[in-house]
Amino acid sequence: MTQKMQITLTVNGTRHELLAEPRELLIHVLRERLNLTGPHIGCETSHCGACTVTMGGRSVKSCTVFAAQADGAEITTIEGLGTPDALHPLQEAFREHHGLQCGFCTPGMITRAAQLLKENPDPTEAEVRFGMAGNLCRCTGYQNIVKAVLAAAATINSAKEAAE
Amino acid sequence: MNDLTPDRDERTAKLKGIGCARKRVEDARFTQGKGNYVDDLKLPGMLFGDFVRSPYAHARVTAIDTSAAMALDGVVAVLTAADLAPLGLHWMPTLAGDKQMVLADGKVLFQGQEVAFVVAHDRYVAADAVELVEVEYEELPVLTDPFKAMQSDVVLREDLTPGADGAHGPRRHPNHIFLWEAGDKAATEQVIASADVVAEEMIHYHRTHPCPLETCGCVASMDKVNGKLTVWGTFQAPHAVRTVASLISGIEEHNIRIISPDIGGGFGNKVGVYPGYVCSIVASIVTGAPVKWVEDRMENLMATAFARDYWMKGRISATRDGKITGLWCHVTADHGAFDACADPTKFPAGFFHICTGSYDIPVAYVGVDGVYTNKAPGGVAYRCSFRVTEAAYFIERMIEILAIELNMDAADLRRINFIRADQFPYPSALGWEYDSGDYHTAWDKALKAVDYAGLRAEQATRLAAFKRGETRKLIGIGLTHFTEIVGAGPVKNCDILGLGMFDSCEIRIHPTGSAIARLGTISQGQGHATTFAQILASEIGIPADKITIEEGDTDTAPYGLGTYGSRSTPVAGAATAMAGRKIRAKAQMIAAYLLEVHDDDVEFDIDRFAVKGAPERFKTMAEIAFAAYHQAIPGIEPGLEAVSYYDPPNMTYPFGAYICVMEIDVDTGETQIRQFYALDDCGTRINPMVIEGQVHGGLTEAYAIAMGQEIAYDEMGNMKTATLMDFFLPTAWETPHYTTDWTETPSPHHPIGAKGVGESPNVGGVPAFSNAVHDALRPFGLRHTHMPHDHWRIWKAAHELGLHG
Repeated sequence: MTQKMQITLTVNGTRHELLAEPRELLIHVLRERLNLTGPHIGCETSHCGACTVTMGGRSVKSCTVFAAQADGAEITTIEGLGTPDALHPLQEAFREHHGLQCGFCTPGMITRAAQLLKENPDPTEAEVRFGMAGNLCRCTGYQNIVKAVLAAAATINSAKEAAE
Repeated sequence: MNDLTPDRDERTAKLKGIGCARKRVEDARFTQGKGNYVDDLKLPGMLFGDFVRSPYAHARVTAIDTSAAMALDGVVAVLTAADLAPLGLHWMPTLAGDKQMVLADGKVLFQGQEVAFVVAHDRYVAADAVELVEVEYEELPVLTDPFKAMQSDVVLREDLTPGADGAHGPRRHPNHIFLWEAGDKAATEQVIASADVVAEEMIHYHRTHPCPLETCGCVASMDKVNGKLTVWGTFQAPHAVRTVASLISGIEEHNIRIISPDIGGGFGNKVGVYPGYVCSIVASIVTGAPVKWVEDRMENLMATAFARDYWMKGRISATRDGKITGLWCHVTADHGAFDACADPTKFPAGFFHICTGSYDIPVAYVGVDGVYTNKAPGGVAYRCSFRVTEAAYFIERMIEILAIELNMDAADLRRINFIRADQFPYPSALGWEYDSGDYHTAWDKALKAVDYAGLRAEQATRLAAFKRGETRKLIGIGLTHFTEIVGAGPVKNCDILGLGMFDSCEIRIHPTGSAIARLGTISQGQGHATTFAQILASEIGIPADKITIEEGDTDTAPYGLGTYGSRSTPVAGAATAMAGRKIRAKAQMIAAYLLEVHDDDVEFDIDRFAVKGAPERFKTMAEIAFAAYHQAIPGIEPGLEAVSYYDPPNMTYPFGAYICVMEIDVDTGETQIRQFYALDDCGTRINPMVIEGQVHGGLTEAYAIAMGQEIAYDEMGNMKTATLMDFFLPTAWETPHYTTDWTETPSPHHPIGAKGVGESPNVGGVPAFSNAVHDALRPFGLRHTHMPHDHWRIWKAAHELGLHG
């Protein structure tokens, strides 16, 4: 067994110091050691995006990131977006517009959408479709997901305007 | 005297019952990452199982050496067929009356077959140990073509007695599984021989895979102190799994508890029983620790649950003016190495004999030959009801080819052959009784909605421009009118492993007027917790928001056959309504007592029972529930509960009209879906929002299947499409935009008239996309080209038609 490495991850604002095997994947650290089972494993080849988290301000597929690569990083998972009493606008919008069915892709989908809206706060439908193309859904056919992301963008933007 | 405000409309709206686009109650946990899928489960001391799989499609296993794997730190056990044989578990029965190796017993029959099961303290160690198991193979000739398999001297299944009958009758070759027939062969052949016009074609519905985003898996936990086995798993039919687990393990059924937690999509993939489940259970019994097994995506695509792979030879005959006179079909069905198809026992080709479709065809014949090859077993109903998608694709392609023979517009040809509304209930030539339909109304609505005449004119203009060299893009208009058969099914002819295909619902009303209902089905994303509460709300007058729906735990839910084949609404939905009516009947007696009138003098009114002719004298359901638990009522037991086991009198027959408008670039083979219109008639509509979501999803799976998704093998039996790089799942970028529409023809025999909808869009969608491709190239002489219509195949078809100069 290879020697373990000491790593530090800041996940949803909480700092964790861990010993990880060099080959250990970030998704397994999140799910099995930190008990954050929101991100899922769907393909293990970066195609499906069920494991999407935000790392250092970028969307990553945590099934193909070594935990060691994430050393020192700030990570946000679905558990870090909104609370039961104050949902993220995307969480509200996915429910409102029926943007989910089995729910397996949903955490990755919403986490990716949150980052997309940070990068492009007022996207067109085509930009949402292109920007979400790294996340697969087998249930919805995407039409309502796109609707939900556009609706959440409008909500976020009008809240920002109201604040200004 | 009671207050009569709010009014009836307001009271109805408050229930959020049938017809309401109620938001889903499931979504709160899923959007916050708090779903509970099987791989999320973590038990103290849990071990991980992983498979050694065969790299060969056909080989003898001459030796297995597990010593190096066992020596690895953290490895607890390595199971082989030799370890399972004393328990009689090295083979297991399949749903189709065949048997399947749990672990390789002397030979392997497909690439990816399970050879040994490694159990370790952690999933990384298990994966390391898999690499250390030494297996010696002796390669054998490989059969991947079902037609060649029926001619070959190579015997795949040496375990079967030569010449002996199979589960479905005589086998005429060692690699033959069954011949199943329906209809009148002689009469059909006679009609076709003397017909004005006959169209003939071989149509392949290629092998594909349901590929839900969550793969299959389980956690088995044998509690040796209490003698109780609990298995959490991705099971679309948890109760059937319990019975099967009891029968094959010898553990008494009351000591087995099967739990289907949240399931990340099923689409038929999670109906079957797989070696991983059996090995996990055995490993838990052997080690005394809980054992988790979750397949990875490659294992999922290689080893569990392929779908389709039907070679359908068809002949359809008609009069010169287009009236269809007969339909003949012979299918060569590639079932892979073991016959593990998930069909009701008496129907080894499922409901393929719904293949007369929406048309009034006086005489028909179907014969299906099942064949063994060196491919993975499965044959599941991937978002369809038991081979119905194959049937719909077959007839909707045959209609198009007949239209070419007749030089007719395919919309007109359909129209003159539809079963008329006044012909229902309609007995089909292949033995079904269609319950209800109004095809002409749906068809006319669809053609009008897309301006069909306008589209044909635009297509003609484009074709002329193409011929003048002004464009390289053609327009195809893909038509489909499908009829489904769902809701298996009547116990008199539908069973799985002898278990009748009824379903169930049990309701308990709480004293304060809320309720819990449990069903024998299990949602995999369909939203049962939302929609079944709506059925109940309308039936018993308690708001849907006050009704909890629970499924999937065999210790608490009533027995049922599970969720697949669009059966939940037709069967369990009916049980829900019937159990609700039992609640209502008792509530009526309680209300009459409380109102001091005769039982017959009160009537149900939305959320209450009121005295007939005196609506101001009433008791709400909440008041009645309270009384049921708090008051001694002469002649009536305390409490308010009911259970219903519903045996449907017939199947339901949803239908729909789909139109796809596609642009095809003949030089690149690229396609663009410009418009997709989907009209569905699923009878009574319980939740329009959920229906629309089901249609979007089913159409996208249809788009994938028709336009690129495929399980492909090379001649050595190597699986070429085992990752999502090669196996097409559409992204948001290429997935079309859909317009949905509906008509509403209730089922006459279902308590609320609902027919089921989840699979309709997949069944109708595939021919709509495929017909659009064919329609674009029809002016250049294309009759038929096989799916999937990926860019390369479309380019090749255009090339062969001489469109590249």
